[in-house]
Amino acid sequence: MDLRFTDAQPTAEERRVVERATGIPDSESHDRVRTDSNLRIFRTGRRSVVNRRHLLLPALETVQSEIGWVSEGALMHICRVLSVPPAEAWGVATFYSLISVDPSPPQVWHICDDIVCRRQGALDLIDRFESGELQPPDSRWAPSPCLGQCDRTPAAYIQRAGKDDMVVVGPDTARLNGLSPDRHSPNGRPQPPPIPQFGQPHLRLLRRVGAVDPGSIDSYLAAGGYQALEAAVRMGRARVVAEVKASGLRGRGGAAFPAWIKWETVANSPEPVRYLICNADESEPGTFKDRVLMEDDPFSVVEAMTITGFAIGARRGYLYIRGEYPLATKRLSRALQEARRQGLLGEDADTGVDFDIEIRRGQGAYICGEETALMNSIEGLRGEPRNKPPFPTVSGLFGKPTVINNVETLCNVLDIVTEGGDAFAQLGTAQSTGPKLFCLSGAVKRPGVYEVEFGATLGELIDLAGGLPDGLHLRAVLLGGAAGSFVLPDLLSMPLTFEAASEAGVSLGSGVIMPFDQHTDFGDILTRIAEFFRDETCGQCVPCRVGTVRLEEALARLRRQPRPGDKDLIAEIDLAMRDASICGLGHTAAIALRSALDLGLL
Amino acid sequence: MDDAEVVILWGSNARAAHPIFFHRVIRAVRRGAQLFCVDPRRSESAEWADLWLGIDVGSDIALSNAMAREILSEGLENRRFIERSTLNFDEYARSVEKWTLERGERVTGVPAHAIRTLAHTYARADRAQLCWTLGITEHHNATDNVLALINLALLCGHVGRYGSGLVPLRGQNNVQGGGDMGAIPNKLPGFQDVENDELRAKFEKVWGASIPPRKGRHLTLMFEAMEEGHLRGLYVIGENPADSEADVQRARHLMEGLDFMVVQDIFLTRTAQMADVVLPAAADWCEAEGTVTSSERRVQRVRPALRPPGEARTDSSIISHLAAALGHGWGQPTAEEVWNELRSLSPMHGGMSYRRLEENGGLQWPCLDEDDPGELFLHSRLWANPPVGPLAPFHVVEWAPPVDSLTADYPIRLTTGRHLDSYNTGVQSGSTASPLRFGGTLDISPEDSAEWEIAEGEEVRVTSRRGSITVPARVDHSLRPGLVFMSVHFPEQADINKLTIEAWDPKSGTAEFKATAVRVEKAPALVG
Amino acid sequence: MDQPDTAKVATEMVQVTIDGASVAVQKGATLLEACQQMGTEIPTLCYLETLTPVNVCRVCVVEVERNRTLVPACSRMAEDGMVVSTDSERVRHSRKMVLEFLGSSVDLSLAEDEVGDWMERYGADPARYGPVSAPAAAGERDARKPGHHHHVNGETAEGVHQPTKVDNTLYIRDYSRCILCYKCVEACGIDAQGTYAIAVAGRGFDARISTEMDLPLGDGACVFCGNCIGVCPTGALMFRSEWELRRADLWDPQAQSVTRTVCSYCGVGCNLELHTQDNRIVKVTSPQDHEVTSGHLCIKGRFGYDYVQNLGDVEQNSIDEVLQAARRRSPK
Repeated sequence: MDLRFTDAQPTAEERRVVERATGIPDSESHDRVRTDSNLRIFRTGRRSVVNRRHLLLPALETVQSEIGWVSEGALMHICRVLSVPPAEAWGVATFYSLISVDPSPPQVWHICDDIVCRRQGALDLIDRFESGELQPPDSRWAPSPCLGQCDRTPAAYIQRAGKDDMVVVGPDTARLNGLSPDRHSPNGRPQPPPIPQFGQPHLRLLRRVGAVDPGSIDSYLAAGGYQALEAAVRMGRARVVAEVKASGLRGRGGAAFPAWIKWETVANSPEPVRYLICNADESEPGTFKDRVLMEDDPFSVVEAMTITGFAIGARRGYLYIRGEYPLATKRLSRALQEARRQGLLGEDADTGVDFDIEIRRGQGAYICGEETALMNSIEGLRGEPRNKPPFPTVSGLFGKPTVINNVETLCNVLDIVTEGGDAFAQLGTAQSTGPKLFCLSGAVKRPGVYEVEFGATLGELIDLAGGLPDGLHLRAVLLGGAAGSFVLPDLLSMPLTFEAASEAGVSLGSGVIMPFDQHTDFGDILTRIAEFFRDETCGQCVPCRVGTVRLEEALARLRRQPRPGDKDLIAEIDLAMRDASICGLGHTAAIALRSALDLGLL
Repeated sequence: MDDAEVVILWGSNARAAHPIFFHRVIRAVRRGAQLFCVDPRRSESAEWADLWLGIDVGSDIALSNAMAREILSEGLENRRFIERSTLNFDEYARSVEKWTLERGERVTGVPAHAIRTLAHTYARADRAQLCWTLGITEHHNATDNVLALINLALLCGHVGRYGSGLVPLRGQNNVQGGGDMGAIPNKLPGFQDVENDELRAKFEKVWGASIPPRKGRHLTLMFEAMEEGHLRGLYVIGENPADSEADVQRARHLMEGLDFMVVQDIFLTRTAQMADVVLPAAADWCEAEGTVTSSERRVQRVRPALRPPGEARTDSSIISHLAAALGHGWGQPTAEEVWNELRSLSPMHGGMSYRRLEENGGLQWPCLDEDDPGELFLHSRLWANPPVGPLAPFHVVEWAPPVDSLTADYPIRLTTGRHLDSYNTGVQSGSTASPLRFGGTLDISPEDSAEWEIAEGEEVRVTSRRGSITVPARVDHSLRPGLVFMSVHFPEQADINKLTIEAWDPKSGTAEFKATAVRVEKAPALVG
Repeated sequence: MDQPDTAKVATEMVQVTIDGASVAVQKGATLLEACQQMGTEIPTLCYLETLTPVNVCRVCVVEVERNRTLVPACSRMAEDGMVVSTDSERVRHSRKMVLEFLGSSVDLSLAEDEVGDWMERYGADPARYGPVSAPAAAGERDARKPGHHHHVNGETAEGVHQPTKVDNTLYIRDYSRCILCYKCVEACGIDAQGTYAIAVAGRGFDARISTEMDLPLGDGACVFCGNCIGVCPTGALMFRSEWELRRADLWDPQAQSVTRTVCSYCGVGCNLELHTQDNRIVKVTSPQDHEVTSGHLCIKGRFGYDYVQNLGDVEQNSIDEVLQAARRRSPK
């Protein structure tokens, strides 16, 4: 393409970082690097150019994390190296909230002020930042949507130019000097154990969490790791898919779609190139279960992906993880290295399974958890969802058949393979099989990830978390996250299954259970939710781009001085967003608000 | 074009010169076509190519012959097509025998492996388009250049089929139509030979006048005739030779020596300023009724949207009045009446009534009668079994270097071309304030800029064997050392044709604008 | 390889029911095409025959049985046995809301005429969201950061209003009128011109059409083909001449005529539609259904007409000439 670039040049450092991120030496840049030979002939490598586009996000992300911001020179350099039109690269860079196109100090504090944190110290923390009382050196700060640390509030995620990013949680957050890099050392085990149910015998998904060293493949192997892969190879691809089908496994990301349908469609595709994506962009406010799995049992994620890749005939898997999970990213990267070193992963793996995994870091966009937005994000496009059909199983990543499941869903595959699909299906109920992780946060004594069999009731889960703190009683529960709905205590006896939830007109979503006490200002909570959707909508389709704003405006009026018909207006907006939006974000953005209004919480 | 597998742009920067045609190239590329560009410059078009071959200016025949030899030695030629539909193959095959890839590399400057790649890809493609522009035709051996490309197409059977063909891209909106209408020295309208008595008689009957039985002179011969004193008067319609001719100082000098010159134009061009009489004309495309014919032989109607300014009149009105003044009562026929007369005389236009042109958004000739949809592509007759009409001959063409040779005194090759936002000598495009325009410059490679210590914007003196001009330099990455470029658009600022050579192709009369030998120096500082 | 290829497409048909009537359409046809075949009008904003459907405006949604949500007619393929309603309560509601959302946030006063008709047909009332918010300062919207929250009070309806970008002699960008239909991006990039000078930047309500770094057009990759203007449905992108005439209140569609002719430059044969007022060309378009151009032109074809325009004594530029000509007729 006859692209036009501005004259801005990268610094030597930026040049080095881009080369490292893309693996493309300057001499192969599509820019006019002048050598004797290319003054006479030049292969623009148009086809390889297309193949470079997917390096755009990694390039931007690496420059951001090494330099602290993406300058015009760096952006132009990336464009030259990858043959990306500058306007498009600009469109991508300005899509992600963690990428700064303005000069930025070396540290950027993203302080969570989302639903849980804001009621547990975050607002006070922000006040202290705002007043200048708290002022980490060489830094700026910004409020952030949920960081997936709801069991240890308040939380902040810190981008640190040229150093590892960090997350600080709980009392540490305010103790600026108490930043402990140990939290991020691969072998450091956070204390206390990361899950309240640690050591309990019924645990399946969580059984290794806290029990194995997440940095050691030997530790994982000693705990029975990689037996499932061995079994899968023995069984053969078709059997693995058949077992998953027999297991009745349904997706744990929110849509509860039967996993086997995706797997079978892709496994039987005539297209030889297929992909597996592990959706680790866990960004639904109140959700942190996948983080716990990835941080404390990373090898199981790798093994589960390897089995899935094997079963569907994919040679490459992508693990797309949200940028705000630096520890999980680090441990997974290390797990991949270890697995490759041990011959358990990669093209020449001793297992005979030709499959490798690449990690892609998201850069601050909730919408990229939507499966097709995630694919666009990997491809180096803006994270805008695609219209469906075609579905990813037919035309997914790079237009190829793709299975995409989230971390928890995939981790179930280990037991399905070792114990058989039928055994798995014995757990839970007929339509909701297997174990399920729930994220308890908010007004509970012991917030955390809890594993139960499908069928436990809402009340039982809250009890597992110790019930509400003393003196508080339950006013309502937000079920399923910001995209979920409020329920009243009358549903405490509801079994947490897909079918029971559906019957009650609610959704389990990503497994969020967030109790609220009698002192809750629901107006404040709902406003934060409305802001969240407005900030996180990609802006592509009209119903969602404008609808989220109109919802927020109507809510603002409701809290102060309602106009007649504002509640009806919210219902009208909701209906149009559910019916006409492209993706799930628009479909669900008004659910919490409408449920709160219906239940009289506002 | 959309469905071609291989597209070669040879001596064409269509991205800038034929932008809407290039949309089709992009479309083909998106559908998986491979694009090759043969061009001394790594032009905007070349940036889209799978492979760009930066040949030396004027070495096109060497490249073509080397490709042909490679195709033959690998047995990639289309034997059945050659045997059934072509003539003179054996002689041609012998003539390219000496053009090994190595020799091709020596003469063109392009590595042998790239020549091989192009040859193989072109020959193996099911559907391949070979497109060219002035990079092929503005040479002293223009016709041979074109024949060399035709040879390649015949060799591989890439003519006369859907998606395969030879595509000369026309530079002006009606240069094709001008030829169609007989505005060439040896043809009557519809490419009917002026020296054919029967055809001439047909026209004479309708026109009620006798037509000289000999072909006339083309532009270059006219200047020779002026030089020799045979041609003393000139009627110039819509042409600006005082700016556009190669070795323009000679051309101006000759026109100044004429007894009488009439210029009919919409502008007071440099040529018009030299005229004895100027007839102000209307702009055909927006102030007059008529037809034009595009590169793809598509005849389309133009219509008046504006009233001509002042005393300007349409060309047909001026000519009719002129005829009346010369004693011929043609009246004032409408454009459609003129067109219908043409249709009655030119069989290939026979089916193109105004009504059909309107309904179909134009028609592609030949279109013999009102039921004829016109032809999407020509020469399909060659594929009939047996072929219809004359067989297609190969032509032996020998490479000859540009006339203006590089020597120690003139070591640099200057070539010319167009920019996207400008057009020819700039009389049309120049009045639009284009945000893209940077004016007349001498474009030089970064290496030469460094070696000659000439910075962007610095004034340089460019000298050829014919003249010398001073222009600002511009550093252009599309050039390699030893190759410099000027656009043709700014004769006022950069009178490039003071430099160019009037060496011309004896068959077509085209001058060798594309290859001038120059030296480049820092301009002497102006002393106030 | 002996004979000329003939491209033949097998025409498999599928049967769909639209508003109770059955229709057979070619496999691969969209619901929109099926509706057009039946003469059923479907409103569209971001759809254009010559561009890849992006299905973002959602005004073309229809109801398909057994689909949880409505589907965009412009891009959804017709499938055998589909039962489609194009005017159900749900369809009417979503269309109304989409039109209200746009009408309450964007200046639609120069949008294609049908938009007003649709507003009426679907009972859209953009005013019910309150007065539109004050225009943003120049460049403010372009500087907005993804995820950064702009607080609202609910008294006004957030809009995209902002000053017009006037940074070159050929055309202007008035993003107060931009509905973000992506047409200009597609025409500039993948679907025609291949220049990629503009793209969508930012996110959410702050998403906008932008050059890289929000540079003025002439400083970026733009080659001024004007194909973005050619496809803009709302007047957000406009010829400088039209904009100046409108600004001077001299734009007079009644006094205009459109003449189809052929471009005077290269030999490709692009058809032009010359829009003239007061014997001056005020804008140039190309017919979308013209085989050669598909409605797209280059800088010469679209803007290179000044040489038949600089006719009077005005020295500056042809826009002044055009304005003068218009003023002579209408002494407003």
